[in-house]
Amino acid sequence: MAAPLVELQGIAKTYGSGEAAVHALKDTDLRVYPGQVVGLLGPSGSGKTTLLNLIGCIVEPTRGRMDLDGETVYDGRWLKSDLRRLRLEKIGFIFQFHNLLPFLTAEENVAVALDLAGVSGEEARRRARALLDYLEVGHRGASLPSRLSGGEAQRVAIARALANRPRIILADEPTAALDSGRAGMVMDLLRRLALEQQAAVLVVTHDESIFGRFDHAVSLRDGQVDLP
Amino acid sequence: MNLAVRDVRHNLGRFLLTCLGLSLLLGVVLSMIGIYRGLVDEALTLVRQPGADLWIVESGTRGPFAEASRIPGDHRDAVARLAGVAAAGSLTFQSVETEHRGRTLRLYVVGYEPGRPGEPRRLAAGRPITRSHYEMLADRRAGLEIGERVRLGRDVYEVVGLTDGIVASGGDPVVHMTLRDSQRLQFELDPPAARRELARGGLPAGLDTVNAVVARVLPGVPEARVAAEAARWKHIAALTQGEQEGLLLKSVVEKARRQIGLFTALLMAVSAVVIALILYTMTMDKVKAIATLKLIGAPDRTIVALILQQALAMGAIGWGAGTLLILLAKDHFPRRLLLLPDDALMLGAAVLVLCVVASGLGVRLALKVDPATALGG
Repeated sequence: MAAPLVELQGIAKTYGSGEAAVHALKDTDLRVYPGQVVGLLGPSGSGKTTLLNLIGCIVEPTRGRMDLDGETVYDGRWLKSDLRRLRLEKIGFIFQFHNLLPFLTAEENVAVALDLAGVSGEEARRRARALLDYLEVGHRGASLPSRLSGGEAQRVAIARALANRPRIILADEPTAALDSGRAGMVMDLLRRLALEQQAAVLVVTHDESIFGRFDHAVSLRDGQVDLP
Repeated sequence: MNLAVRDVRHNLGRFLLTCLGLSLLLGVVLSMIGIYRGLVDEALTLVRQPGADLWIVESGTRGPFAEASRIPGDHRDAVARLAGVAAAGSLTFQSVETEHRGRTLRLYVVGYEPGRPGEPRRLAAGRPITRSHYEMLADRRAGLEIGERVRLGRDVYEVVGLTDGIVASGGDPVVHMTLRDSQRLQFELDPPAARRELARGGLPAGLDTVNAVVARVLPGVPEARVAAEAARWKHIAALTQGEQEGLLLKSVVEKARRQIGLFTALLMAVSAVVIALILYTMTMDKVKAIATLKLIGAPDRTIVALILQQALAMGAIGWGAGTLLILLAKDHFPRRLLLLPDDALMLGAAVLVLCVVASGLGVRLALKVDPATALGG
């Protein structure tokens, strides 16, 4: 089996200190391999979003070790000086409410991620168009997010997440705002991407209708992996 | 990809309305500067109009503009005979108010001797005064036409010529008439008052009094030397043109200058607060978008550029529209509004600096936005 794209060893996160300390995540181990779609399940406050923020290098762990794409990025301290760059190159984010920039067209929303990575304007546009076509929303490229349906907006958001060919895709409730039909389509799409691009996909969800679509699911409770 | 331009394009109506509001504010700032410039210019117009090198006034006074000054009319001949003096002329100055065509007309009357220093050097229309009495030259600001007859005091004067842009430091339009007429207007008592004066044993009031004598010196002759020569007469004082202008600005315009300067500074402070609040609000509206940009890897400079470019665009458009507005409206102001290109450019530069400083609040907020804000609802 290939090396894991995401590997967490004893990762913990505590907010505050002393009596006010909140242990959001306790000694968590996790491995996600290329091509896998992993579900992060659990009730509210169980630590799902904290785990996603830690893997997305948005929040600093309190202790433990984290390897992303074969590179140790945290081992008691951050080992990468430019976490922004790391996010830009290796991680794609998909949000619950798509979070498209309201002042950019669908095509520009995808191109902006490429632009930030240093891809020249015309090339960024060309690749954005190709991605939108791939996700079957190419015909809405000139539309503003306010003119897109929920499913179209979510596909544009996925196109943006994929723009820089990330190895790790983090999706926070990607189907929460969609009906079951569109939710299924989005999950099919994520699986296709995981396989075609050999990416690791982590999906935080409460949506029971998609529980069966994961390669495996990690259940969290009170900041700990809830072993069956 | 320029995010600032796209954001502006997306909220174009709101952005333009904001710019319009700012342009009105900056227009007021610019008009205050213009009013001050106009005030100084108007005050100096009157004192420069005679083209004099020396002002001979009553000793111990700083007249005739800063305070009252009266000297005997025959002093003109004495001054004219001083070594180095090319020509001299007597002048009177007086504010009058009269009813004309159903409205109150406030004028500043200057009496001069035709053919001597003090005569208006350029007429906009009509002819110079050619008769000894009852003719006058009026400034266009008075709203009088050539041929119109106006009662001033006990006499009626006919407008025979028009000047342009000669007003007193208070903004009243200037009318010129012969020295004799102006002396009668200023010093002659009404018959009942004159009779009473005679009855109480007083002497008949002499009319040959003037407020100042102006003189031009010969080329190459230092004004200060002639002034020192004139000042040997103890009952008069001599001021050079430069000293007269300085006195006028210090005593007549100084308070107005400070008042306007303070008001302009307050307006600039208000503008800074308004710009800062607008930028802060605009940034608040974009918190989610900024968090998303940060999360997908946008560097801080991209976020700062987004806010700063919008701030500068707002400042530039506000300044441009404000300047245009004042250029179009300046002739409708009751007092002269003098817009100098340097003042407008200085204000533009100040506004841009202000925008950069004021955007600090928005930039601070943007840089503090947690990328994690983009996750979740």
